[in-house]
Amino acid sequence: MQSNAVSLNDIVAHYGNSQVLHGLNMSVADGELVSLLGSSGCGKTTTLRLLAGFIRPSSGSIALSGRDVTGLPPYRRGIGIVFQNYALFPHLTVAQNVGFGLKQRQVAEPERGKRVAAMLERVGLSSFADRYPSALSGGQRQRVALARALVIDPPLLMLDEPLSNLDAKLRVDMRSEIRELQRANKRTAIYVTHDQEEAFSISDRVAIMDAGRIVQLDAPETLFTRPVNAFVARFVGFENLVPMIVVERDGDRVICEAAGGVRTTLSLAATGPVGDRFVIGARPEGLAIGAPSNSTIPGTIGVRTYLGRTYQYRIDTPAGPLVANGPFSQPLQQGEAVGIGFLADQCCILPMENN
Amino acid sequence: MQQRSVNPVVAAIGWLVMAFLMAPIVIVIGAAVSDTTYLAFPPQGFSLRWFGNVLQQRSFMASFQTSMQVAISATSIALAIGLFAAYGLARFGKTIPAWFGSVFLLPLFVPEIVFGFSLLKTVIVSLELPVTTALIVGHTIICLPYMVRVISASLSSFDFSIEEAAVSLGMHPIKVFLTIVLPNIRSGVIAAVVLAFITSLNDVAVSLFLTGPGVSTLPIEVFTYVEQFFDPSVAAVSVLLMGVTIIVMALVERTLGLGKAVK
Repeated sequence: MQSNAVSLNDIVAHYGNSQVLHGLNMSVADGELVSLLGSSGCGKTTTLRLLAGFIRPSSGSIALSGRDVTGLPPYRRGIGIVFQNYALFPHLTVAQNVGFGLKQRQVAEPERGKRVAAMLERVGLSSFADRYPSALSGGQRQRVALARALVIDPPLLMLDEPLSNLDAKLRVDMRSEIRELQRANKRTAIYVTHDQEEAFSISDRVAIMDAGRIVQLDAPETLFTRPVNAFVARFVGFENLVPMIVVERDGDRVICEAAGGVRTTLSLAATGPVGDRFVIGARPEGLAIGAPSNSTIPGTIGVRTYLGRTYQYRIDTPAGPLVANGPFSQPLQQGEAVGIGFLADQCCILPMENN
Repeated sequence: MQQRSVNPVVAAIGWLVMAFLMAPIVIVIGAAVSDTTYLAFPPQGFSLRWFGNVLQQRSFMASFQTSMQVAISATSIALAIGLFAAYGLARFGKTIPAWFGSVFLLPLFVPEIVFGFSLLKTVIVSLELPVTTALIVGHTIICLPYMVRVISASLSSFDFSIEEAAVSLGMHPIKVFLTIVLPNIRSGVIAAVVLAFITSLNDVAVSLFLTGPGVSTLPIEVFTYVEQFFDPSVAAVSVLLMGVTIIVMALVERTLGLGKAVK
């Protein structure tokens, strides 16, 4: 295998009797920032702890910069970790906290002090060097934690939901700061979060995890437009997932049938020959509400929600309920008969799932 | 600071509790300096001769030495066991059955007098342990619950991710325990040591069965003494014992900082 900064190969992990990771594979390139995104219990924190060496996999192997570290204890892996609750040493000053890793690496005094000072300068905490963590605000502690992890020049930086204890405004500021530091230092980084916006805004690639597996690992743009299955599609906002079957095709124009026998015409080259089954996914803004016609799905307007610039409608159709947005200027009334069309360039095509 | 008026009933109860806590000390000190041949309070006259008497009694001095030796040994052994037990329970608590932690509290539930007797009948006699060893074994066991309980309490507020942070920064786990975990639970450890030391130093019930010919702890010696004599010597011994306790606590405070221990 070539020089991937991180590679996880067929990792299986257990907590007691329950299996939490089911054959996980992932590689992270040098200098890349990859987020692990998923709801709690999906295995993202377990993955991080495996990389740190705090837990051992039941099978599979972990390599850092091409070197197998599966059996290496955590204190010899040299990974910089930013913990969710910062985990600063309460009995040490800010400078001592930041210098801790250098001290373990036998970096002697004038040099150590210089590097600590430079790092504190970077994170804007030079004047706080002699304070104790208890005298710092949440954002400042966050910076100390980051400085402490970065000052040791780790081959890999890992951040475990580092912003979850901060308020909304600070979260946005800190995440661009983290990104900047990571880029400036050319660090490979793994970032664990359950916040989609955070993951998408900060990462080169995002791994969406579900039930101990990585479902899709791609650039945010790819995830957002081309999810690989219904789970990811729903996760990134494709609220309408409608199973279809191709009944007629003429070049790019396809006539499809959904549940309830309703037919609609789509201009989708991506679908297969007649008889092909697929799922079309659309966000509420990816559906067009118009007058009923024989190329759209017939429906009646249900509950209406005001969303600021638009109205969101729940629309009952023979193919099941759909959620669509309509313009604020022309509110539709409950019970009105409409036709729903798919805006092909905003939709995604997913394989049929057997369940 | 704003001056707040205190309900007189609450104030009265407060003072009563204070008096109740202080009275034994005042009475013992008073009786110890009484210039009489019997225990008297309020003291009649003033004399330090009973202190002199105590310091001349070989049995008191020898038993004091035994007491100190037993208390120091028992506290040290209980600390060694209790510290690691508490740490293990806190660190790996989720993977250990819940009842396991309670095992360390069991000595508190068995009446000490029953415990002392059973220990004598089973272990001490069958193993033919020397008296001092027997005392150390018995006291270690009665000290252990306090040790585990108090250290556990301070570990329960310890954030173990700090330990992981230190390890991830390259420190060996054993060094992490000594330089990161210990300093942060120091207050609990000190409180536990003081509590265990006092428990051992003042114990009567267990020691009663474990002391033997020629070897006795100070409280047992006092107990035997008052069966024969009724002079203020016992009060003088008590004052000296309190003095030792205070000195020990002051030393602990000086070296380790008790101010934080009782925070």
